[in-house]
Amino acid sequence: MAEYQNIFTRVQVVAPPYPGVPLPAEDSAREGKPILFHLIGKFGDAQLGPIYLGWTGLTSLLFGFIAFEIIGLNMWASVNWDPVQFIRQLPWLALEPPPPSYGLSIPPLNEGGWWLMAGFFLTVSLILWLVRMYRRAKAHGMGTHVTWAFAAAIWLYLVLGFIRPLLMGSWGEAVPFGIFPHLDWVAAFSIRYGNLFYNPFHMLSIAFLYGATLIFAMHGATILAVSRYGGERELEQIVDRGTASERAALFWRWTMGFNATMESIHRWGWWFAVLCPLTGGIGILLTGTVVDNWFLWGLKHHIVAGYPAVWPATVDPATLPGAQP
Amino acid sequence: MNASRLTTRLLTLALAAVVLTACEKPVPESVQRGYRGVGMVQVYNPYLVDESIAANIVPVALDPVPAGGPPASAVYKNVQVLGNLGIGEFTRTMLAMTSWVAPKQGCAYCHNTANMADDSLYTKVVARRMLQMTQHVNATWKTHVASTGVTCYTCHRGNPVPVNIWYQDPGPETADNAGNHAGQNTPGVAVGLTSLPFDPFTTFLEGAAPIRVNGTTALPEGNLHSVKQTEWTYALMIHMSKSLGVNCTYCHNSRAFSDWTQSPPQRATAWYGIRMVRDLNTAYLDPLSSVFPPERHGPLGDAPKLNCATCHQGAYKPLFGVSMVKDYPQLQGPIAAPAVEAPPAEAAPAAPVPSSTKTEPSLLDPAKPVTKTSATTLNGVAPPA
Repeated sequence: MAEYQNIFTRVQVVAPPYPGVPLPAEDSAREGKPILFHLIGKFGDAQLGPIYLGWTGLTSLLFGFIAFEIIGLNMWASVNWDPVQFIRQLPWLALEPPPPSYGLSIPPLNEGGWWLMAGFFLTVSLILWLVRMYRRAKAHGMGTHVTWAFAAAIWLYLVLGFIRPLLMGSWGEAVPFGIFPHLDWVAAFSIRYGNLFYNPFHMLSIAFLYGATLIFAMHGATILAVSRYGGERELEQIVDRGTASERAALFWRWTMGFNATMESIHRWGWWFAVLCPLTGGIGILLTGTVVDNWFLWGLKHHIVAGYPAVWPATVDPATLPGAQP
Repeated sequence: MNASRLTTRLLTLALAAVVLTACEKPVPESVQRGYRGVGMVQVYNPYLVDESIAANIVPVALDPVPAGGPPASAVYKNVQVLGNLGIGEFTRTMLAMTSWVAPKQGCAYCHNTANMADDSLYTKVVARRMLQMTQHVNATWKTHVASTGVTCYTCHRGNPVPVNIWYQDPGPETADNAGNHAGQNTPGVAVGLTSLPFDPFTTFLEGAAPIRVNGTTALPEGNLHSVKQTEWTYALMIHMSKSLGVNCTYCHNSRAFSDWTQSPPQRATAWYGIRMVRDLNTAYLDPLSSVFPPERHGPLGDAPKLNCATCHQGAYKPLFGVSMVKDYPQLQGPIAAPAVEAPPAEAAPAAPVPSSTKTEPSLLDPAKPVTKTSATTLNGVAPPA
């Protein structure tokens, strides 16, 4: 007989497809007839659909598609419409923001105008999706936590691509759309501003990033470990003694003296995840606008570790008589 | 049942081990070059280092010849650079150059064998200029080449055209109204196949665009260098790293790339290297573009030029620091006319004439001297005494 395993499992609980509760009269209908897929049941619920799009969902997808097309077609155009090179070089290809010489003016299409346009459509798409998340949460009588978490990510995106370039007076300060090119941009950004690791908000962001993964690993592991007692039904067990939930809590109490509650662990996870882009965005926003060289800033504020010199001091040859930079 | 499960587990473990370790074989070695624990290390793959050492073995110097004899200019016509050299040493130099540059093609690669003095082959005009360039490097760029010096072999390695040369690169062809790659975003061979700007050479090693982008103050006080400019600098640095087979930390303390007081001394050598390459490209190679035939021109019609890889070829010092020029002192600099008693081979190399005031024969018409202007405007640094 099939046996329930809590890391990889072959057991699927299947129920007849469920269309969901009736919608209010002013809402458009949910799209699609629900179907069951055994394969997706291995990753989540086996039921696919229906989906509620509404006008925010539809327009968000439309604007997102336009942005995707502008970026993708520009990448394809950059290899002169060669389909083979498009696939081969895809990780290298990009849509670049305008050169810094254009400042904040509207450049010609092929000098960054396409980038501005793609950024506009992508931003509208993300914000429409945010509105949709808010409205769906309200319609379900839920809190709006997911909306605000998504807003934190949009904040970082807007700082990088819109707010900071605006403050710096140049679209050229923004990030290109592209796989390797945006990573090169990140490295160059840190180098240009004297090492981002000395930026305290970057430090916070990293702490929250790693912290969030740590907390999620602890929580996920704990729940899987008590799922043999029904521990994944966290909240219905929360008030009772002797449940899987209490067993999970006691494990951490006996292990480290302190335990989160079944409710507070989710608050921990949410705040760590949300604070990662929030603090990161602040760090980016301060870079170039308020601080020009984070290493020198760190020296000034005594956060740079000193260690013995190994070489005799190297003289900058450009400072010698007759030298040119 | 249990046996098959165990097999599955073992296979999974083996697969994980392969995935996690198979990136590079054998295990790279790291060499500490700075204060402990701060990541100032060089990482070497012993297998690749062995290959590099095998590829950088210096050829045996030709046997010395007896000093003396009449100067070459008294025996041959049209000897413009080595005319003051004794005839024996002159012949030895020609033989060495043939073995370094055109071992398969022989004398006829540069000379009209019916009339050796004839300048009708472009290769002869180029070779003469390259001979002057070698002397110029050894005499005036000791800040970069020290007393190790360079010879034709440093770059040529038996090839008539050195393997590592560059041309101005217009980049891949794009569509007309979209797909502007902005000088980057394609696998750049010159920049380690990154998506960084693919031709940093025209900008920095022919032109003299500022390489430094960092601010020198903690707070903004007018440093307007952009992130995009930083990507260009980054591209040049990747080229240098690839050319020398070293990490960033060979020249920089990566916690503060711009800070000279924390930088290894090699950074100053590299700084002179950049200026030397710029000097050689603008004063020696660019002016040869009218001499080179079209098939030697780049896609934009420019002459072949040199960069760090042309000499270094993956070694932190070209040929791992073995000096070949010690066996060929005539390449150390322009040769003075022999004194009446002293044999020419023993004549000390003359002090170099500052090239900004030097007049040199025109490349095509040796009778018509031209005044050099671009040679030292970019050089700018007086060689040490």
